[in-house]
Amino acid sequence: MTHPLRKPVTGIPAEHRTLHRPLIARRADFALTATVEPEPQIPKLSLSNVSLSYATNSSGHLVALKNINLQVQPGEFLCIVGPSGCGKSTLLHLIAGLHQQTSGEVLVDNAPVQGPGTDRILIFQELGLFPWLTVAQNVEFGMRMKGVPKSERDAKIRDYLRLVHLQQFKDSYIHQLSGGMRQRVALARALATEPDVLLMDEPFAALDAQTRDLLHDELERIWAETRRTIVFVTHNVREAVRLGDRVLLMTFRPGQVKREYQIDLPRPRHLEDVHVAGSAREILDDLREEINKSLAEEYGLEASA
Amino acid sequence: MKRALRYILFYSALIGVWALLAKLRVWPPYIFPTPWGVAETLWAGFADHSFWIAIGVSMRRMLIGYGISVVLGLILGLGVASNKFLEQTIGGLLVSLQSLPSICWLPIAVLWFGLTEKAILFVVVMGSLLSVTISMETGRKQLPKIYSMAGRNLGARGIQLFWHVTLPASLPYIVTGLKQGWAFAWRSLISGEMIFVTLGLGQLLMMGRDLNDMSQVVAVMILIVGLGYLVDGLFFKAIERRLQQRWGLTSAA
Repeated sequence: MTHPLRKPVTGIPAEHRTLHRPLIARRADFALTATVEPEPQIPKLSLSNVSLSYATNSSGHLVALKNINLQVQPGEFLCIVGPSGCGKSTLLHLIAGLHQQTSGEVLVDNAPVQGPGTDRILIFQELGLFPWLTVAQNVEFGMRMKGVPKSERDAKIRDYLRLVHLQQFKDSYIHQLSGGMRQRVALARALATEPDVLLMDEPFAALDAQTRDLLHDELERIWAETRRTIVFVTHNVREAVRLGDRVLLMTFRPGQVKREYQIDLPRPRHLEDVHVAGSAREILDDLREEINKSLAEEYGLEASA
Repeated sequence: MKRALRYILFYSALIGVWALLAKLRVWPPYIFPTPWGVAETLWAGFADHSFWIAIGVSMRRMLIGYGISVVLGLILGLGVASNKFLEQTIGGLLVSLQSLPSICWLPIAVLWFGLTEKAILFVVVMGSLLSVTISMETGRKQLPKIYSMAGRNLGARGIQLFWHVTLPASLPYIVTGLKQGWAFAWRSLISGEMIFVTLGLGQLLMMGRDLNDMSQVVAVMILIVGLGYLVDGLFFKAIERRLQQRWGLTSAA
């Protein structure tokens, strides 16, 4: 049996295998995927005109997100990049139901999000693994909350720990694991609740390059095996191109969708691929503009303070 | 092994110096007791059961008083930590009340409850309630937000979230608070018993003074230290160490 990822990519015309910037990119509210995939599918996630502002204690409001329009198809791997402070993490929290948007609508399977739900699991940047539980108990947590019977839980713990190659560490506590292993526990814990959507907030940012490479491969494999919808936030453009079907670039404060890029490179990909590097280059040029803006604002604030 | 040797050496030297000073009769025995006199008193006290009874009475008061203040303190601490209004009102009051030595509650206790068991329990409760409450409150407040977010994200709600996330996550703080609360309760109890004479170790200590029996004073002091160490240094230490190992906090200590 061939691995699903080893199969040659078909259905993508050769001229589309390189990155192309959609003509309509300047109109962020246009659902790009609709033109690429003609099937009339209900999107897994749909955000329309979503805005979020915070009341700051000094001067009025800080607009974190402004008029975000976004659709994610079932099984899609979407990556979101942007400068720090663009609200990309906040966007994930909205989808996860941990925050409430100020205006607009967040739909999952065409139904508005009302608080957290185990159909959407967020993997936090800091992971939020529970240090008082063993690896197996961490993976079990979501299922226990749901009231899954014990025998079924045990079977699933085995399955998901095998999936992330951590069977022999099931009785370890979190502090006994390396950074990469903790990432895999978080992944297994999230997957064990069998969510439709996996939300990942810069999960690999704190890892060394080798571990990250490895986890990219594993994540791609797990995604192919489980067919989850993934929304992956990162500040690393090359990582986004390496993983995503589509990359979304966000602007610095207020966070808006600046551009979308369809990544039709064949899988499995590698971080060092020429095509990955080339596509990343293009996005990076656009991103740099936003980074400069954020730097200007930060230095500007410093100067005036 | 090396540590045990150090202990033995230190304590035998200490007792040796004590014995030497007593033997030389630098001070008369009613001012400076001899080690063998103290040992004899300890032996006699346990033999005629008077020490056992005192320990029993004091421990019973501790268990009741401390038990009450733990339950009240946990509830109060959680309440104060979760509500801004309570935090600014009751929270502030608690901090200022903490500067009051617990024995200052004795006059009130005696006027309210008379010379009864309740009065002494009141002093014990007031002595430890505040520190249990305050450490529960700080524990709850210092709890990283990520744990409750992760818990909610994984489907925990309401009482489930409290029982499976909030409580275990704040356990290291709670244990510290319980330990501190025990130490305060112990101090309050002994001082209460000393002034307010109805059985117990504190009363035995005071009796030694009344009889001008220096050996009894020192023997009871040794008992108080020994019991305190047994609970504080062995029982709570063991729990703390287990928690720290599990959480991976040992290197920080």
